[in-house]
Amino acid sequence: MLRLENVTKTFGTHTVLKEITTNFNDQETTVLVGPSGSGKSTLLRSLNLLERPESGFYDCDGIELDFAKKITKKETLAVRQKTEMVFQDYNLFPHLTVLKNIMEGPVHVLKEDKTSAKKRALELLNKVGLKDKADAYPNQLSGGQAQRVAIARSLAMKPRYILLDEPTSALDPELELEVLKVLLELAKEKQSLVIVTHNLEFARHVADKILFIEDGKIFFAGKKDEFFNSTNARIQEFIHAMTLDNLSNEN
Amino acid sequence: MWHIVWSSLPELISAGIKYTIPLAVISFALGLVLALITALIRISQTKGPFLIIKAIFRFYVWLFRSTPLIVQLFIVYFGLPYLIIKGVAPDGIKLEPFTAGIIVFSLNTGAYASETIRAAIESIPKGQWEAAQAIGMTRTQTLFRIIIPQAARVSLPPLSNSFIGLVKDTSLASTITIVEMFEVSQQIAAENYQPLVMYCTVAALYAILCTILSFVQSWLEKITTRYLKPQV
Repeated sequence: MLRLENVTKTFGTHTVLKEITTNFNDQETTVLVGPSGSGKSTLLRSLNLLERPESGFYDCDGIELDFAKKITKKETLAVRQKTEMVFQDYNLFPHLTVLKNIMEGPVHVLKEDKTSAKKRALELLNKVGLKDKADAYPNQLSGGQAQRVAIARSLAMKPRYILLDEPTSALDPELELEVLKVLLELAKEKQSLVIVTHNLEFARHVADKILFIEDGKIFFAGKKDEFFNSTNARIQEFIHAMTLDNLSNEN
Repeated sequence: MWHIVWSSLPELISAGIKYTIPLAVISFALGLVLALITALIRISQTKGPFLIIKAIFRFYVWLFRSTPLIVQLFIVYFGLPYLIIKGVAPDGIKLEPFTAGIIVFSLNTGAYASETIRAAIESIPKGQWEAAQAIGMTRTQTLFRIIIPQAARVSLPPLSNSFIGLVKDTSLASTITIVEMFEVSQQIAAENYQPLVMYCTVAALYAILCTILSFVQSWLEKITTRYLKPQV
């Protein structure tokens, strides 16, 4: 389990996360939703220590950190082996082939031998439906293909949790669908996922738990159905604002 | 006129092979190593006593970019023999002309190229650092496996500029008694009273050398940008 307690993060004078306390369960998909600038991406990135909150506690599946104290390199690496990030703009390594992108972490961080790393990389590529792209470079892929490679790259590290930061925001709807299918598949296999997304329709499909974040605070945390059936005015307003039926209601 | 050109070529070319090319190649290689070290030190985020080292390297870059190359050559070759350090160099520091040349050209190239490399490293998107760190790479691993290979491609054209510039700048070595191509052309001109022909000949030789380097640059660019092509 990932657990945050009283976590606060400030950029300059702007407090992005205000004493956040929550947890992310194993083998569940937690979806973070909320308006732009609400702090949901910062919250996600804090789980991988790409952002360092100033205060609060973080229990990363047994690794206990106090953000107010110095976090050692060893602790950072340990957290990053349990959690993997998938970014909005993929961030594949452009100078390496698809296969090498996936093998990079296992070979150079986990020190696996190349043969077994390659074998596993090919299996993962097969899983995301891109076995024929092993020798292509990232620039030769469509956005949807690139994001699927990024997902395979994160899986290669055998993480306990995969953290996805708006994984389909940069994609056309049809490319988005191919990525969402892969994620749904992972969710079904009980891979622990934490996803930041604007796509409520997808959240409705994939989420076990929803965190609704607004203004740096958790406004709602609970089961998916409780969220979508909520009678709370603010939640209803948000759901309507994010879906197309809002268009017809306004006129 | 042509027989003057032809008869002087063997001497000029042999001076080029013996001095001009080695001066340029050795200085550039050493300069590149120095430039990479300087760039890495200047972008490092380490604090504490390390800041002094950082300041020293900043001073070095400032010094060599702010003074003329020919003055640097004169200081090292003609000036240092007068630098008397008790115990270390009681008779001053006397260097062979070629050694003095290599030292100055390397330091000079290193100062300029370090800025090129620093800029190239800083041009690589932040997302590349984040992706590497997210899979658990250390800063050093990220630099050498992810950032520098991409920065190398970015810095190739400006570094080629530096190398081509250096090839021509080695002509200044004639002022510290190195008998490189330009010095030989001066000596021949003094004998045959044909300065126009001699200096044009040596100019053509420099141009040929630099043209070859430009071709090498294009070839390297083709190789290093292969991964950017949209088609398999």
